[in-house]
Amino acid sequence: MTKPAAATRSLVIEREMPHPPEKVWRALTQSALLADWLMQNDFAPKVGHRFNFRAPPMPHWNGVVDCEVLTVEPNRRLSYSWNASGEEAANGLKTVVTWTLTPTKTGVLVRMEQSGFRAEEEANYRGANYGWQKYVAGLERVAAGLT
Amino acid sequence: MRATATELFSTLADPTRRAIFERLSRQGEQTVHALTDGSGVSQPAVSKHLGVLKLAGLVRGRRQGRETHYRAEPQALAPLVQWMSLYGAFWRDRFDRLEDLLKRMDQ
Repeated sequence: MTKPAAATRSLVIEREMPHPPEKVWRALTQSALLADWLMQNDFAPKVGHRFNFRAPPMPHWNGVVDCEVLTVEPNRRLSYSWNASGEEAANGLKTVVTWTLTPTKTGVLVRMEQSGFRAEEEANYRGANYGWQKYVAGLERVAAGLT
Repeated sequence: MRATATELFSTLADPTRRAIFERLSRQGEQTVHALTDGSGVSQPAVSKHLGVLKLAGLVRGRRQGRETHYRAEPQALAPLVQWMSLYGAFWRDRFDRLEDLLKRMDQ
């Protein structure tokens, strides 16, 4: 059976920060600093470098993200794949995270785009394999952020 | 037509309705009778809930003889799943932490 190409979507978050781009770049690319605000990792800013982000496992997530560095343009642009790992790899996330730094008068505009979310597949996967109840519990917790 | 995340939230906010959807997701296609049995809810109430779920695209009915068989349409959850699995909350939280780190860092 052939599958039609699934539509994908992106998440974009932008925030202006009153810091020089070089400083933000360090926070994005130095492993120890990255661990401070994102997750434990073995990141290195080299195209082709494969690494993992690791968080404590939780229900329905093994806590490990499989990544590969795709783009490194110092102080400007950084991207890496952000994929589910292990047993979750087959049906889980296959996305790309791209950071773009744009200097502003007072600092830098930090833009994060996570692209490649497959709406249909993800919904089927979660709908079929995950308890809806648990799923909703998570939704309710973050529902406050809905506009 | 696809329901928005907000419509899906309000549709599934009702615990009985959510239970019906869950049951169809887990157990596959069922008639209104089967869904009513042992649910502790009257058949008209179950039918009404199915109507709301149908409107949101979460279930689909298939007429066979005198009975309608309903099944879950999990792909209708896409806007919700997307909204959540798009890590919106996750990344906003990490942005906060990044800003906190930047404040602590030397130039």
